[in-house]
This record gives sequence, structure tokens and C-alpha cells, in this order.
Amino acid sequence: MTEEKFEVIIVGAGVAGSTAAYQLARQGLEVVLVERGPYPGAKNLSGGVLYGRVLHHLMPEFWKEAPVERSINNQVVSFLTPDSHFNIDFKTQAFNQPPFNGFTVLRAKFDHWLAAKAEEAGAILVPGIRVDSVLKREGRVVGITAGEEEMYANVVIAADGASSFLAQKAGLREKLPTAHVGVGLKELIGLPRETIEERFRLSENEGAAYNIVGSATGGIAGGGFLYTNQESLSVGLVIRLEDLVEEKRKPAEIFDEFLAHPMIAPLIKDGKLLEYGAHLVPEGGLGMMPQLYTGGMLVVGDAAGFTINNGFVVRGMDLAIGSALAASQAVMEAHAKKDFSARSLSVYRQKLEESYVMADMRTYARAPHFLKNEHLFKAYPELITGLMSDIYRQEALPKQHLFNTLLKNLKNNEISLFDLAKDTINGVRAL
Amino acid sequence: MKPRSVIERLAINKYKLDEGHPHIEIDHDSCKVKCVLQPCLYVCPANVYTEQAGLVVADWAGCLECGTCVVACPDEALVWVFPRGGFGIIYRSG
Repeated sequence: MTEEKFEVIIVGAGVAGSTAAYQLARQGLEVVLVERGPYPGAKNLSGGVLYGRVLHHLMPEFWKEAPVERSINNQVVSFLTPDSHFNIDFKTQAFNQPPFNGFTVLRAKFDHWLAAKAEEAGAILVPGIRVDSVLKREGRVVGITAGEEEMYANVVIAADGASSFLAQKAGLREKLPTAHVGVGLKELIGLPRETIEERFRLSENEGAAYNIVGSATGGIAGGGFLYTNQESLSVGLVIRLEDLVEEKRKPAEIFDEFLAHPMIAPLIKDGKLLEYGAHLVPEGGLGMMPQLYTGGMLVVGDAAGFTINNGFVVRGMDLAIGSALAASQAVMEAHAKKDFSARSLSVYRQKLEESYVMADMRTYARAPHFLKNEHLFKAYPELITGLMSDIYRQEALPKQHLFNTLLKNLKNNEISLFDLAKDTINGVRAL
Repeated sequence: MKPRSVIERLAINKYKLDEGHPHIEIDHDSCKVKCVLQPCLYVCPANVYTEQAGLVVADWAGCLECGTCVVACPDEALVWVFPRGGFGIIYRSG
């Protein structure tokens, strides 16, 4: 058995892990980046848009060389009922100018590229190795085990994704509760570039992102998404696991219903299934955040639960980058002091607090609770589509004023004006 | 698009199968004796779990490694680890 010691071991070459590796390696630290997949990205799925401003600060004009798919300048929120939909559809050319607002990415390609950037900066990438546990001495983390191998480091960064068994092994968090995760499933559907651009009214390199609530998840808390890539669509669902267990539903069956919905079906028509994937999505917000550091170890990205879903946008990759940068600062300071104790690494928490990562996690702290409000998945899509039907339907009968039409639809859906006011206030405050 | 079965969906994916090294094992004492809900039978997006002759069995080859079953299993009856390095699902696009 060999005993190897490095300055930093990073577990997981996803967006968080590779960003930390890049940042630390280019400041001269000896970094090993361990990945269980045969190549970085092989185990990763994107269910969101890469909001790239922070990456642009780190790697100016990264889009010129990174494998990004489309610049997202059309953002849509859809409320579905079984036979109708109501869309809030926003498009602006301002988002389609450098430095761009966000890009769709396919993670097997994008993560591969980002890990290569870390390698160029001097990090040692070790793919195809599954890390089994952490090594502890005198209560602090001193390395990792992988099969028979032991590898030692001053500090281990756990960037091992939503399941983060490493954070559990290190005692930084308990087993995840079903209330804190969503089951994400996704199909990648191939279509010719021209078909995508016609169907979604896009010019070259423009992209659309749909966030979908209501019938998408069969009335269960959760939502759907549809993103345009260059020559494919990423279409999927994220369903709250707690509700799935309660309702005893199979996610693939809910997915079938979603794909057959009259709003979705024509958008994916004649497409070719290229890949089917599933991934856990951390959804607990601040409420699920593990202890973020201990002596000799830091937790970043999805492993730390850094995701935000406020109904309009789903964020994860930009928070992964932000947390990796905060972790890198903490490691550089610890390195300068030659002190990797929990106390020294607590700088990580402080850097996170100073950055947009914790600020945004706090701003949207009430969003997870608000988004599981049953009205949002059942009554409100019915309410809004019912209201629109009444506004547009012309019969040989006298029309009602808008307010009376609203009252009628509220009554049909068993929502009081008081409920509506309460949910509106809660929504405005949570989102 | 015609709806596809889960098996048809999985057949499109790329896997490197680690034959002889299942990464999912079931502790039948906990599973059969204690578990009433058996959420693994329906929450899995890859339909890995089925009941055969009264026991839950895992067809682990098609596993997408999402870890949903581990979170859902109320009695920690699943001995579930990621496949060994380099094996399992290999996303070509992700």
C-alpha cells in the first residue's frame, strides 16, 4: 500500500470541483481532482441553465471556447392544466449580448472542458476512481480511501454531488430526508437545428428555457423544464420525493403524461431520444445545508445543497462556482497560515456570507416552502386558465366584468380572495 | 413522439457493466420484515426494483445512480454504493 500526500484532494470533477481545482492549481497548490466516472461529466446531468456571469469573471469570455449550447434569452414560465396552458413569455436581445445571461450546457461535454481547464492550470485529474470514505485522525479529516488505496492531503474538498456520501461519512450531515430532495429525470431529444429554431422562434445561437408547473407533475409538488440546445432539447421533471412516496407514483409514468401534454408534445414531435437520465436535486435550501466545514475538509456545490428554485429560474451551477471560489479563498488562507483546522477553515463560511451565494440562499430561503404550496400545482393553473377561457370565450350571453369573472373562477377552484391575497403576499416575499 | 417504456429508454443509454460486482444489495431481514411502504418499488426512475417471490430484487445493471432509492428507503435496507470507478452509467451528453 502506498501512502501519498498532496496539498489538496478534490472529490468530484463537476462544476464545483473543477472550479476549485482550477482556482487552487493556478495559485500554485498541488491539487488532485478525483472523479468516479471514466471522464469528467460522465455521471452528471444538467437540469438547468448555466448563469455564466461568475464564470466570466473567472475565465473572461469563456463562451468563446467552452462547449455551450445556446444563449438563453427567452425565459418562459408555463402553468399547465390537463388541456390548457398559460405562459409568461419573456424575451430580450439584451440577454443575447456578451457577457450573456445564461447558457444551456450538456454536462458530459461542459464538465469535460472545465476539468481540462483545471488540468491546464496544473491540477492532476484522476478519473475512474471511486472515493469510498474519508480518513480521520484525531477528529479531523486527513485524506480519503479508494479501495485499498489511501491518499492524504492537508485539505479535502467534497464536491461529490447531491448524494454527498462523503459529507455523511465525515459526519457533516445525516442521511438526506425525502422532504429535502427532488427526483430529476430527463430525456435528451434530438432535432435538427432548423426545426428547433423554427419551433421556438429562435435565431442562430438564441435559446429558450421553460419552467413548467401544474399538470406537469400530475398535481404533485414539482415542476417540469424544457431547454433548447443546439441540436437537441433537454426535457424533464423534478418531483418532490416526499410527495412521490406519499402518492405512490412512478416518476417515469408521470413523465410519460408530461411528454404527451398538448403543450409539450408538438414541441418534441418527431424528435429522436438520445439519452435518458436521472439525478437527485437538492431542494431543501438553507434548511438542508450541512455543516460546511470541519478540520481538514470543506463541502461545496450540490453536496452542500447550494441550489435555488424560485419558480422562474433554477440555479445550481453558478452557485457551485461561487461556493468553489469561496472554498478556494479559505484554502489559500489556510495554506498561508499552515493551519487547516476547523477554526482556520471557517473562513469558508465567512467568504460565502460575503458573496452572492449565501445572500441569494437567504433571499430565497422561503421559496422551498412556498413552492410546495398545493395551490400552485393544482388550483392556480386551473384558476388562470379558467379566467383566460372566460375572458376570450364569446357566447350569445352577456359578459361579466373581469372582477366578477375572477370571483367566479376563485369559487370554482375553492380559493377565497383571502387565500389569493395571502399566497400573493407570501409569493412576493418568498420569491 | 410515442411514449417509450423505461426499458426502451435505458436501452439507448451507454453503460459499462461491472459484471460480478453488484453495487446494490438488499438486506432482506430489514426489507421484508420491517418495510411496509416499499417505496423502492415505485420511486426509481429506472425501475430497478421489482418484487419476485415475495422478495425485493434489484436489477442493478440499468441503474442511473441517482440515489433516489437510498433516500426513500425507510429502513436502510439498501446496501447501495456507487459502482466502482469507471463503471455504471456513462452519460454521453448529460
